[in-house]
Amino acid sequence: MSDRRDMTGKGISRRRFLVDTARTACGVALFGLGVGLYGHRQAAASAPYALRPPGALPGRRFLAACVRCGQCVRACPYKTLRLAQPEDEAVTGTPYFVAREIPCELCENRPCIRACPSGALDPQLTDIYQARMGLAVVIDHETCLNFQGLRCDVCYRTCPLLDKAITLDAQHNRRSGKHTLFLPVVHSKYCTGCGKCEKACVLEKSAVKVMPFKLAKGEIGHHYRLGWEEKEKAGQSLIPEQLDLPDRMPEFVQPSIEELKL
Amino acid sequence: MSREAKPGISAVAAKGWFGAHRWLLLRRMSQLTVLACFLAGPWAGLWILRGDMAASRLLDTVPLVDPYILLQSMAAGHMPAATALMGALTVAGLYLLVGGRAYCSWVCPLNMVTDLAAWLRNRLEIRESASFSATGRYWLLALMVVLAFQGGTVVWELVNPVTMVSRGLLFGMGFGWSVIVGIFLFDLLVAKRGWCGHLCPVGGFYSLLALASPLRVRAGGRSRCTNCLDCFAVCPEPQVIAPALRGEETGRGEVISSPNCTNCGRCIDVCPERVFVFGTRFDK
Repeated sequence: MSDRRDMTGKGISRRRFLVDTARTACGVALFGLGVGLYGHRQAAASAPYALRPPGALPGRRFLAACVRCGQCVRACPYKTLRLAQPEDEAVTGTPYFVAREIPCELCENRPCIRACPSGALDPQLTDIYQARMGLAVVIDHETCLNFQGLRCDVCYRTCPLLDKAITLDAQHNRRSGKHTLFLPVVHSKYCTGCGKCEKACVLEKSAVKVMPFKLAKGEIGHHYRLGWEEKEKAGQSLIPEQLDLPDRMPEFVQPSIEELKL
Repeated sequence: MSREAKPGISAVAAKGWFGAHRWLLLRRMSQLTVLACFLAGPWAGLWILRGDMAASRLLDTVPLVDPYILLQSMAAGHMPAATALMGALTVAGLYLLVGGRAYCSWVCPLNMVTDLAAWLRNRLEIRESASFSATGRYWLLALMVVLAFQGGTVVWELVNPVTMVSRGLLFGMGFGWSVIVGIFLFDLLVAKRGWCGHLCPVGGFYSLLALASPLRVRAGGRSRCTNCLDCFAVCPEPQVIAPALRGEETGRGEVISSPNCTNCGRCIDVCPERVFVFGTRFDK
């Protein structure tokens, strides 16, 4: 192989130039492929679990906007926020919190949002109670003490939006037959995802967990109309009076004559 | 040990140890001062620079943002808040004045790692080096912007060793140290000045700023040059020296105009003949 023209000519030979360019392009492309795949995998794998600071833009938009500077982490007075290290569950360098360890205290002066230089934490979130960091889900009915008929109520009591974000739904306790179950129910209309319920849960492992909306929230069919809601909106039933047929119960529910006599 | 393994001996003889290490010492002081300004907050509660080297606030007022990261963020589809734009313009303006890659040699914390690798490589007389094009950084620079656009996230920040060092020191290193060790070993064993001199897109970005920066090193005393080659031995971008130093016969100016020059001033230190000085682009 001769590169003699390199020596004789003024510049490098066309062949050498093409080979060098191809070599560089190839190396860079391989490196880029690696970084790109790693990036996509990290973003895809961690997005569902990481709880973001209040006001964080949703999903990928946050990953586009965050400059990974950690100023929100520094601003957080409760050390709730942390900056993800390469091996953490959130994308490297982005802020997140673990509700069971330190939940968000919902500071009304929003220090984390005000510290953010890029707008990744939306400065238009002026009312901290409008934050939607995630949604609390009472995920384990088998261990939640209230579901066992006990009056734990700790998640309900600790919620900063008492009686709004978590309410207690009274149900008949079929096990004892004479008591009431007070079942904690989370309402997405109010829940900020601060995680104080998850932190406060008295179990060894919390039965209520804050999850990003993507995981926690269902979405009703857009064509669905719930009759009772439509009725309320219209002020009257939308369909004409129905013929009222007599209720017929299955036989096993019907009380026997003997029971009635008792 | 051969003479090339210890460049600067004759400079020490001519100017004394401090004279032959003046810019190196100033540079290390600058790098450590910047780090100290960041670390004083979390360590001592004295908040001079709050944040990390991706973005910060000076004395809780002046915003500073790495312009290359912001560029990627914009490519990913985010319109940054005014604070971030101002911060990026401030930083870009500053480095435009002091020579683009002055960031690399005077501020970047990774520089101490790669300088150590280069020094050790010289000391151990490791001559073998993979050769690949130094334009790789510009390709990477562009590729990372494309990847940000295509993936909608600032992909480069997942692996960027420059911010990983500062973020690691400030917020916890985690496995980040493995990237830093990797770069050290790459520079030491695989390619001479492999990272900073060939691949780092952050440096590539600052090189673009250096195209117009006024502060430059000048080979003002090039007629005194004795061809000892000490400057070539210590320079992180040795290819930038020759056009200015040997330009007398070709009629080229004395100013090192290549944007890859990091304004580290090490050539000024090691030259026993005092050939190099800091000057401006406009000097004749």
